[in-house]
Amino acid sequence: MENQTTPKKGLSRGTIILVFGILLGFLAILGWGLRNAQAGPVQIGQKVPTFDLTTFDGDVVSTADLQGKVIVVNFWASWCKPCEQEAADLESAWQIYKDSDDVYFFGVAYVDIEPKSREYVKKFNITYPNGPDLRTKISTMFRVRGVPETYIIDRQGKLADFKIGPYSSLGEIQAMIDPIISQ
Amino acid sequence: MGKRNRMVYKKLNRKIVINFTNSSIIFVLLFTFFSVSQVNAQSANPPTDDEVNAIAKELYCPVCENTPLDVCPTQACAQWRDVIRDKLIEGWNEEQIKEYFVNQYGDRVLAEPPRRGLNWLVYVLPPMVFIGGLFLVYKNLRTVKASKPIKSDSHLDEDDPYLKEIEEALRIIENKE
Repeated sequence: MENQTTPKKGLSRGTIILVFGILLGFLAILGWGLRNAQAGPVQIGQKVPTFDLTTFDGDVVSTADLQGKVIVVNFWASWCKPCEQEAADLESAWQIYKDSDDVYFFGVAYVDIEPKSREYVKKFNITYPNGPDLRTKISTMFRVRGVPETYIIDRQGKLADFKIGPYSSLGEIQAMIDPIISQ
Repeated sequence: MGKRNRMVYKKLNRKIVINFTNSSIIFVLLFTFFSVSQVNAQSANPPTDDEVNAIAKELYCPVCENTPLDVCPTQACAQWRDVIRDKLIEGWNEEQIKEYFVNQYGDRVLAEPPRRGLNWLVYVLPPMVFIGGLFLVYKNLRTVKASKPIKSDSHLDEDDPYLKEIEEALRIIENKE
């Protein structure tokens, strides 16, 4: 019995490399996305990029102009009940530090409706600059997961400390800021 | 004097009647106008929940990941739906409302990523991979079809000793069974 078969003509090496290339590209994009999603908040000691905040009054405040100062960035929202717990304490802390010219406070309204944000600022008599997080750029930079979250940037522009959740007292805020001022 | 008085009285009466008629007409016209205005105002009904949800389901609140805005139960999402309702009342269309949310909260609020930059990969890669897959299947099927054994023209050699041995062995097996 004699059978003849035509020579087997499989995929060319180029096609195989291309297919694997596309597959690896896909996996790389997926991996990059997952890594970003699970990265968690900015790490202590990491340089924080500068950012601008357009306040509810229309002023633009930039962290680039505040180099050499300790910056406190608080993320909040009008729909966030725990944020209300710390609002008064944060304002009290601002009243303590504002004249020293060493510390600057930012309030960033996270995923909030502007009229409600304004009501919130008014309700708690907040006097430090507050503004919306337009296009969620600032919260994305800090990889904010929820509110309230507070980040403290040292004089060198690096993240010195952060607090996930509300401060329980004015003392807790001061205990976090004071060592960073004296660094 | 009595006649004159009566004439004055009649004139006065006519004037009163005319004034009353005019007033009535004005009153009726005003009443009709305001009634119509009211009806018009009511006919420009506030958007229904379905109209609000039709837009809301195209949006995702960043606070509640993977939950469309129309079914998201949080207070933040309820506020967003109120904004949609307000914008609809102001006469904004769906695109304008979506653009507003994108400007406020970024592209990630959209259920469908905007067609620009790296986002194009989402739209281009899946069809490309699908078409590539179809091509590979087609090519492989052709290869398989082409490599099917072809019967040779040569006849079986009936005197082949190996063939005879096999036939003999088969016969023995059959007999045993």
